[in-house]
Parts: sequence; structure tokens; C-alpha cells
Amino acid sequence: MDPLDLVGAEPGPARTILFDGRAVSALPGQTLAAALWADGVLAWRTTRRGGRPRGAFCGIGQCFDCLATVNGRPNQRLCLLPAEHGDTVTTQEGHGRADLEV
Amino acid sequence: MPTSKSEPSGGRRGRCYDLAVIGAGPAGLAAADAAAGLGLRVALVDAGSRPGGQYYRHPAPELGAARPEKLHHGWAAFARLRARLAARPLVDHLPGHHVWAAEAGVPGDEERPWRLHATRGPGAGDRATVLARAVLLATGAHERHLPFPGWTLPGVVTAGGAQAVLKSSLALPGRRIVVAGSGPLLLAAASSLVSAGAEVPAIVEATSYLGYARGLPVLAGNPGKLAEGAAHGARLLRHGVRLRRSSAVVEAHGTDRVTAVTVARLDARWKPVPGSERRIACDALAIGHGLVPQIELATELGAATVTGPDGAVALAVDAEQRTSVPGLWAAGETCGVGGADLALAEGVLAAHAVAGRPAPARERAVRRRRRAFAALMAAAHAPGPDWTGWVTDDTDVCRCEEVPAGEVRAAVAELGAGDARTVKLLTRAGMGWCQGRMCGPAVACLSGGGAGRPDGRPLSCPVPLAQLADPGPESGPA
Repeated sequence: MDPLDLVGAEPGPARTILFDGRAVSALPGQTLAAALWADGVLAWRTTRRGGRPRGAFCGIGQCFDCLATVNGRPNQRLCLLPAEHGDTVTTQEGHGRADLEV
Repeated sequence: MPTSKSEPSGGRRGRCYDLAVIGAGPAGLAAADAAAGLGLRVALVDAGSRPGGQYYRHPAPELGAARPEKLHHGWAAFARLRARLAARPLVDHLPGHHVWAAEAGVPGDEERPWRLHATRGPGAGDRATVLARAVLLATGAHERHLPFPGWTLPGVVTAGGAQAVLKSSLALPGRRIVVAGSGPLLLAAASSLVSAGAEVPAIVEATSYLGYARGLPVLAGNPGKLAEGAAHGARLLRHGVRLRRSSAVVEAHGTDRVTAVTVARLDARWKPVPGSERRIACDALAIGHGLVPQIELATELGAATVTGPDGAVALAVDAEQRTSVPGLWAAGETCGVGGADLALAEGVLAAHAVAGRPAPARERAVRRRRRAFAALMAAAHAPGPDWTGWVTDDTDVCRCEEVPAGEVRAAVAELGAGDARTVKLLTRAGMGWCQGRMCGPAVACLSGGGAGRPDGRPLSCPVPLAQLADPGPESGPA
């Protein structure tokens, strides 16, 4: 049994997203966080102070732990964003704005 | 129910909805349906992309789920409500509208209605202001978390979050998932996880469950809740899931992801019993310690609150679901966490009150029974005072700002802080992205100020500066 069997899901063709340059498959309607979980990936950010890995925690957009850089835009909550074909997700280091540092 | 995803229609000044319902979970859906049935023009304003809130969260349509009810208790009630609402032209459903502030109106003054400010995305134009004569707050609750060493490791997720991602995206955080914390949500989450193919080596519940025995008459009056519990229990038994009562996960192990947890027995005050520790291997941990009402839109307006037996702060309402703020009603978890049936009933009661109609007897009876059950449940699962014993000084309490317990304790012991607000100013605990939603109850406990103070959040979610600078056109019914 898996979640798709349980609800008798028949999704359309999978989409492909890129996670740190690697192709990951995502079902239509899944969030980016869910697609990464389904691929066994649990972390896509390192923290600002300790540099520790983080991923999704609350799953509903409230904790902001699941931030990552999506299509070049940092600080995106992957638990809220639907996976679109060709999305590029990059592990976010710290605040994700290293380009702005002086 | 027309659904508007486009730029709001820009209603004329003075034109406004009779009622704006914030939140499309059980309380909000029931209220919008009942209010429209009584002839009111209703805006159903919701942050989510699909109606249902957290409780009725369901797979995205693109996933083609033939049997969504397999992940739900009470799916039929939702399906009926959704179908009825879809046929109601008096309800405008505004999905993807996250209300960040409510500006109070003046009851009876057409020129000064309520203004709900909402954000719909990151762009300067992704904003909306909804005008209404009355507002119903049906924003539900979020989970309460108590920190422990290792709780920031990837693979440690909230029980509600694991359930939410499973319900909406059909994905699991791991294959072998320990479920821990306190409260009935743990049983529901574990039940969903095993149904979806995960192995749950243990449910670790901090209370003894004996607290419920003190409320036998209340339990007898709520056979539906007993049946729900029994259904979860039977499924868990069938999958060989063990419920460990009076126990807690006191540490999660791993370097870059969780690989095991240590479970210890607790005494009645939730102090870990030395020597009782045992290790359980897992690749994910789902945790939660009950729910906390999400009420900042109302407390920012000065709405009166009550503190529940578990220390959670809820909105004070009268028999007609009125808050202390004129024109503002509340229903469901915002009035104290009590589950979906209670929320459905209170939504209907609030709609009748707003419409100036007498309260239906059936819903009044449900509310009376379920409120009694809610009080029993809150008391049974109230965190014991000694849970802080398992929080080592190097455990991060505030996940956003990475503030360890040692810094919070130093702020209290050495700098004289006596409440969460002072601790926040000294340490940044609670000052990060989540605005203290994850660490608030824990910081309050560690500060010695206890709970009981409502959360204050002038903006209930992040808002782009461009949207703050210009709130854009105002919209009422087309």
C-alpha cells in the first residue's frame, strides 16, 4: 500500500523538476516539498546561524522552515508551491541573498 | 458559489458584503452556507487554494484521487457542504486570499464597513481589500510544539503537517514514522500514516489518558467522539501499532536527518523517569502537543479572550458567537479547540446570529455537548509543568532565530526577564519568520510567565512592502 493506492489516484503524467541540478519527478498537483519527500529528500536549506540542514516541518505554510530558492527567487515556502514542470529548486544557504552582501 | 481568482471586481464605495467569513474550514464553510441560506451576501475569504481548511484538506484535483474519503473522517459532510455552497450564488469564494489585518467597521454605518486586507501573492498588485458589514473569524488553530533535543533535524515534522502533506499531496516524510506528543490528533495522524503504507513503530503519548475518566458523563454525551476514537484504535491495532502512554520522545538522533529517537516514561508532572529510556529506530518523527487557536486578527482589535484548561488562549464569545468587538463573530477552534463537529455547529449558530435569526436547537445542543468534551480533552492533554526537564541548554527553542534554551534561561536567571516578551527582546526568541507560532508556548513556559497572554501579530502573515504602501481597490459583491 502507498498513498496513491489508498485513494485510488490516477494522476496525469509526472513533471520533472531540478533539485540542485538533479532531475526529480513530481506528480501534477503535488507541492515541491511533497515531491522532494517522495524522492527521499528531507532538507533544502541551511540555517543562517548554525548552517544546519532544514526542510518541511509544519507542512502548511506557517513555520517557514521549508524555505528554498525556486527559479532564482529565495525564501520560497516549498510546502505551498505546486510543482511545475521545469521548476529549479536550489538549496538555500542562510538568508539566500549572498549576492546582496557587502 | 462563484470563485474569483482574478483581480477583485472593485465594488462601488458603500457596496459591501453582509458578511465576510475568514477561513474555509468546517466553521467557515458551515457559516457561509447557512448565512447564504438566510439571504445574506457572503464573501468566503480563504488563504487556501481549495475549500476545506486543514481538517478537510484533500488531494489536488490533478492527482485524480478516486477515493479521497479514505484519508478522512467525516468526508461525506464536507462533500455535501461543498456541493451546497457551489450552488449558492450569494456566496463569493475568494481562495488564495490571506487576510493579514482586519480593520473594524462601525456597525450600522454604511460608509464605514469592515475592511479585510488580504495578500494574494508576492507581486505589488496581488492585494485585495474586502468590504463587509460583519466579519466571522473562522481561522482555526495551529499546532502547539514543545522542543526537545534534535527536534530541528530534517525528518522531524509536525503530526498535523505529516497529515496535511499526505492528504493534499499523497506523500510521506519517511517509511518508519514515530508519532509523538499529546492529544487526539496523534491517533488520527498515525491512523492515516499506517493506512497509506507507513510503518508506525510507536505512538508516544505524554498523558496517561486517565484524565478522560474524570469526565464519564461528558463522554457518554458524545458517543460520536468515542466511535471516532474507536475507529482509529481498531485500525492501529490491526496494524500492530503500539500506544505508549505516559511517555515522551526526549531526544531525536541523527546528524543530517533523524535516524532514531529516545523515548522515556514520564511521571504525572511530565518529568522523565531516569533509567526508563529506550531507543527506537525510525526515519521520520511526527510530533504535536495539541492545537492553539489562531486568533491574532481579533486580538489585534482588542477582542476579549479566555484561557483554556490547557493554557491555550481562545476568543471569548457569547451564546450567539459574538466576540467583544462589535460586528465581529467567531466560530470553531478560534473559540477553543473542539473539533470539526463543534466548528460546523458554531458556524451555523454564528450565521443565524449575524442574520438576526433565532439559534437552531440542534446546533445549540451539539455545541453544548462538544464544548464539554473540548474542556475535558484540553484538561486531559494539558502539558505537565516539568516537561522543560528534557530541554537541554543547547536545544534550539526558537527554530527561526536558532535561540537555544540556555540563552532563554540566562535571560531569565541573569537578566531578570520574567515573561516571553522580555525574553524575545533580549534573545530574539519568537522574532523570526513564523512570528513565534512554533516556539511561543515553549518560550512562555521557559520564561516563567506562563501562558495566558494572547499572541500579538499586527500582520498575520508576511506582506510585500508594495502592498502595504497601497492596499489597492476595495471590493464588495459584483
